[in-house]
Amino acid sequence: MRAIQYAAPTTVDDAVSILAEHGPRARMLAGGTDIIVQVREDARDADVLVDAKHIPELTSLTVDADGVTTLGAAVPCYELYNDAQFAAAYPAIVDAARIIGSTGIQGRASVGGNLCNSGPAGDTIPALIVHTAACNISGPGGARQVAVEDFCTAPGRNVLGNGELLVSLTLPAPSAGSGSHYLRFIPRNEMDIAVVGAGAFLQLDGDTISAARVALAAVAPTPLFVREAGDALVGAPADEASFAAAADLARSAASPIDDMRGTVAHRKQLSYVLTQRALRGAAARAQGGSPSNGH
Amino acid sequence: MATELKSGKVHVQATINGEIVDVLAEPRESLLEVLRDHLELTGAKEGCNNGNCGACNVIMDGRLVNSCCVLGVEAAGATIETIEGVASPAGLHPLQDAFLENAALQCGVCTPGFIVAAKALLDENPNPTEYDVRWWLAGNLCRCTGYDKIVRAVLDAAERVRAEA
Ligand SMILES: Cc1cc2nc3c(=O)[nH]c(=O)nc-3n(C[C@H](O)[C@H](O)[C@H](O)COP(=O)(O)OP(=O)(O)OC[C@H]3O[C@@H](n4cnc5c(N)ncnc54)[C@H](O)[C@@H]3O)c2cc1C
Ligand code: FES
Ligand code: FES
Repeated sequence: MRAIQYAAPTTVDDAVSILAEHGPRARMLAGGTDIIVQVREDARDADVLVDAKHIPELTSLTVDADGVTTLGAAVPCYELYNDAQFAAAYPAIVDAARIIGSTGIQGRASVGGNLCNSGPAGDTIPALIVHTAACNISGPGGARQVAVEDFCTAPGRNVLGNGELLVSLTLPAPSAGSGSHYLRFIPRNEMDIAVVGAGAFLQLDGDTISAARVALAAVAPTPLFVREAGDALVGAPADEASFAAAADLARSAASPIDDMRGTVAHRKQLSYVLTQRALRGAAARAQGGSPSNGH
Repeated sequence: MATELKSGKVHVQATINGEIVDVLAEPRESLLEVLRDHLELTGAKEGCNNGNCGACNVIMDGRLVNSCCVLGVEAAGATIETIEGVASPAGLHPLQDAFLENAALQCGVCTPGFIVAAKALLDENPNPTEYDVRWWLAGNLCRCTGYDKIVRAVLDAAERVRAEA
């Protein structure tokens, strides 16, 4: 690897001033599973790495009195699936955390890093979107909040401006009768990047859906929030016909490309099938069960 | 107080296999490079250098990590276990015995990574199912064995660990 500089600030303000001073040459370092490899392979032109893991706001996972969770941007996947309360409240996010890379990758890889890497196939991003997560951003101009569905702007790009960093994610309090699920298609069972990924959240009132969100990975330049699929489910019964209709909307919304992982036609069809399965899994969880397809 | 940007040789102190170790590392050096090139702990191997093969696995603060995807300077203050610390003066670890007796290695390049990864599993769950073992070790690649003997060896070692407990 070429020579780099390393900083380990202990406050958000200090991190902001380093990022602001060095501009695009400075990048945050959370778990490093993207950025270390990218710098080594000259895929990112950065030479100042700013360690996120000594800043308390970025490494803590807290729940307030109303049940609202604040997930520090640098908390690794491993901590999430070992936290029973988090796993029960935000199952789709934990589904994603469990399938990122391997056990060793999950020991370091963070949800915030996955989001800030802003890859179209980032597995946690659809899961965050369906859970209505919001990004808490700090920068030279102060703090602001952006919905996760508005965060990524192009492959590898996001709304963070010069000197800005992601501090944490705010997740709404879980409510009774809700459930979520995220799953992806890859050619083997683990250690690959999604050909397509789908996340779904359902809030049930008896057998009727009262709120729903659907999002896809790897079918557009950014992770894709399919608002119309969720909207179509509101007021409908939680049954196969409703799920198929929503999955149809997800297939229409997908605008994938042909690449080595899959073709447009394959990805379109996967958008349909995986949305259906994500909705079934979310419904099963909302009713106290678990998705039948394991992870 | 502004945070210092570190470059050149940085003093890093960490606890490695129970001993406090001081080392000078450049920020660009990975933990794997620091272990192998500065500390002569050459048990961890470089297979891919990008997180995909697990040959460089070490346990850092109780968590399995790929040391090629950690900067050496990030290890300041950390507790690290490498393959060199798995056996004790009393003898081999049950995983090492089980790997030998089940012929779970051929060329051996992947073996340190597999044993460290499997140790992290057994430390957390001494009663894993075959599925648990296969899932946990999915990030460790082996070009020789076909994996089956490795999985049998880990299950065998788990039994030995439970018997010792
Ligand atoms: C072998 C392997 C397998 C992988 N498998 C998967 C997979 O299955 N699915 C998947 O989605 N990804 C996968 N990845 C990619 C990677 O592991 C994930 O994207 C991971 O979540 C990144 O998190 P991190 O904490 O390691 O991020 P880092 O590498 O530390 O950072 C990622 C990017 O985000 C920026 N960043 C980090 N934190 C902040 C912050 N707080 N504010 C602003 N910017 C920030 C960094 O500057 C960098 O550009 C894999 C990687 C490897 C090496
Ligand atoms: S050398 Fe680190 S994972 Fe392959
Ligand atoms: S024994 Fe040769 S790579 Fe596994």
